[in-house]
Amino acid sequence: MALLEIRGVVRRFGDFVAVDHVDIDINAGEFFTLLGPSGCGKTTLLRLIAGFDLPDEGRVLLNGADLAGKPPEQRPVRTVFQSYALFPHMTVEGNVAFPLKMAKVPAAEIAGKVAKALEDVRLRGFGQRLPHELSGGQKQRVAIARALITHPPVLLLDEPLAALDAKLREEMQMELITLQKEVGITFVYVTHDQTEALALSHRIAVMNMGKVEQIDEPSRIYGFPRSRFVADFIGHCNVLSGEVRENARGIVAVDVAGLGLVTVAADSGCKGSGQAAFALRPEKILLRRSGALDESDNRFSGSVQSILYMGDVTVYMVLTDAGARIETLLANSGSGATRSFEIGDRVQIGWAADAGHLLER
Amino acid sequence: MAARATGNRTRWLVSGPPLFYLIVFFALPTLLMVGASFRSPGEFGGLAPLFGADGAIDLNLESYARFFDEPVYVQIFLKSVIMAFLTTLICLLLAYPLAMVIARSSKRRRDLMLLLVILPFWSNFLIRIYAWMIILGPQGALARTVDWLLSIVGAEPVSLLFSPFAVLVCLVYVHLPFMVLPLYANLEKHDQALLDAAQDLGANGWQRFWRVTFPLSLPGVYAGAVLVFIPALGIFAIPDILGGPNDSLIGNVIKQQFLETRDWPFGSVLSIMLTIAALALAALAAWIGRVGGAHGGRRGA
Repeated sequence: MALLEIRGVVRRFGDFVAVDHVDIDINAGEFFTLLGPSGCGKTTLLRLIAGFDLPDEGRVLLNGADLAGKPPEQRPVRTVFQSYALFPHMTVEGNVAFPLKMAKVPAAEIAGKVAKALEDVRLRGFGQRLPHELSGGQKQRVAIARALITHPPVLLLDEPLAALDAKLREEMQMELITLQKEVGITFVYVTHDQTEALALSHRIAVMNMGKVEQIDEPSRIYGFPRSRFVADFIGHCNVLSGEVRENARGIVAVDVAGLGLVTVAADSGCKGSGQAAFALRPEKILLRRSGALDESDNRFSGSVQSILYMGDVTVYMVLTDAGARIETLLANSGSGATRSFEIGDRVQIGWAADAGHLLER
Repeated sequence: MAARATGNRTRWLVSGPPLFYLIVFFALPTLLMVGASFRSPGEFGGLAPLFGADGAIDLNLESYARFFDEPVYVQIFLKSVIMAFLTTLICLLLAYPLAMVIARSSKRRRDLMLLLVILPFWSNFLIRIYAWMIILGPQGALARTVDWLLSIVGAEPVSLLFSPFAVLVCLVYVHLPFMVLPLYANLEKHDQALLDAAQDLGANGWQRFWRVTFPLSLPGVYAGAVLVFIPALGIFAIPDILGGPNDSLIGNVIKQQFLETRDWPFGSVLSIMLTIAALALAALAAWIGRVGGAHGGRRGA
C-alpha cells in the first residue's frame, strides 16, 4: 500500500477546475515531484495534501487513513513554503523549536533536538541569529530543519528553490538529494522547473490543466513521453506528426510534411494507422556536413537557419529542403569551440528509427 | 554646486514653515512656561514682577515645593495616570479584534470600515462629548435600563452621568480610533504565509495568535498605546463636562490654575510635571518595545 494516496481528487474554483480527477500513489521514502507550468494545479494539490484547502471530490489518504476533516495543524505532514515563512521575531533556534513546542515536547529535550537538527542542515552556531540575518540558502535550510524536526512521514516542498540564484540552486539540489536519502522521509516536491524535477526525483507526475499527463521515472518521462504536452514541456523536443503509411515488424513509417517518410520504432501503445505524432530529442539527431557518410535510418538534407549558443552546447535550427524545421544540437567539446556550422551552411541530419518516440496523445 | 544649493534651498522651503510654526507656537511657549514655573504668582493673578521691591531677582522653587508638599496633587496625578492607563487598556482590548477584522476583510469592505472608524472626527469634539450627556443622562434609555436592573436585585439607582464611569466611557470613545488605525496599519501588513506555516507546524488558532500575530503586532500596539495614553493623560474637557466634582484629572487642575486661581507659576509646574510624566512613560514604552522585540527572539529559543 502506498504511503500517500490521492484518489479521484477534484478541486474547482468557480468554473475553473484547478485539480481534475487526480489519482496518485506516493510510496514511503520516495522523492516525488509534481511538475507542470504555473496554473496546472500542482500547488493546489499540495495545499489539498497539507490541508489548507479541501477537495470538492475524492480523498487524500495517509497510511490508509482519510485526512478529510483534519485541519493542517492535526495532519502529520509538514510543508516548506516558497517564501520559507520563517517567523521573523524568533531566532533560528526559536523557529526550529516551534513545532516541538506545539507538540508539547518537554523543554529539556527541545534544546538537544534543535541542536541536532541545525547540525543536520549545517547551521551549527547560527541558532541565535534572526531570520533577516541569514542568506537565502541558510533561510532555506532553517525552513527544512523546522519542517523535519518532528520527523513527519511526508514533507511537502512548494518550489523551495525558486527564490535562489542558479548556482546556489544547484548546490541546494545536491543537498536535498542527500538529505532526503539520509532522513528517509517521503518528499513531495512541487516545481515548474523540469531540469530540477529530472535531477531530484525518483518519480515525476507531469501535470497540465489540472490533470496528470504522466507519472514515471525521470528517464522515462524524458525518453518516453506519452503525450505531446509532456514531450514539449520536458526539455527541448521536435514533435513531428503525419499519417501512418506502413506498420511492420515494430517499425512505423510516418509521412511528415516537410520531411517525407520517417521511420519510428513502435515500442508500446502506438497507433498502427491514421494520424501519429512522435517526439524526437535534438541530441539524438546526428548533424553532419552535407555529403558526409551517414548510415542513419532517416536522412534529410537542409541548411542551418539559426544558431543559439548555450555555452556547453550550441543549438542549430535546420530547415530541410522540403520545408520542415528541425532542432538539433552539438556539444562544444573542441577547445574554444563555439559552433561547428554557420548560418546558411548546407548540412545533413539523420537519426535512427528508435531515436523517435511515438506519442499516445 | 548649483544643484546642491538648489537642494538646500528646497529643503529650507519645505521644512521652514513647519519649523517656524513649531518654534513660535510650541518651543517658545514651552520655554516661557518653564521660566514662569520659577517665578512668584502675582497679587492679582499672572506673574509677580521678575525684580522684587528690593531690586533682587525673584526666582524660586516654591511652586515645585508645593507640588510635592501637598499630597492632593500627587494623588490627582496618580489618578490621571490610572485613568489614562485604563483608557489605553480598554481601547486596546476593543480595537485589536476590530483592527484584525478590518485587516482581513476584502479591499472594498476594508475601506468602508476604515471610513466608519474615522467618521466621528467629522463632528466636533465637544459636541460628541455633550452627546454622551444625553446618552448617559438620567432620562436616557441606558440609565433607566440600568436602574431597572439594579431595582430587580434591590439596589439603589445610580447616576451614570457625572461619574468616573462616564469619564472613562467617553475617554475610550474619543481615543478608540487612535488605537484602531496604527493596529490596522500593522496587522494589514502581516504575511499570511507565516500563519499558514504556524498552522502547518501544529499551532492551533489560539497559538497562532499568541505566538505569531500578537508578537508581530507589538509595534502597532505601542504606537496606539502612546497615541491614546498621552492625550488621555492631559485631557480636561471630558472630566469637566461628564465628571462629578471629585472626578477632576490633572488637566482640570492645570486649567484651573491658569484660568480660575490664576496661579501661573503653579500651573506651569503642573504642566511641566505632566510633560515629564508623558515623556517618561513614552520612553518606557519604547524601551519595553525594543527589549521586548529582542526578548521575543530569545523567548523562541
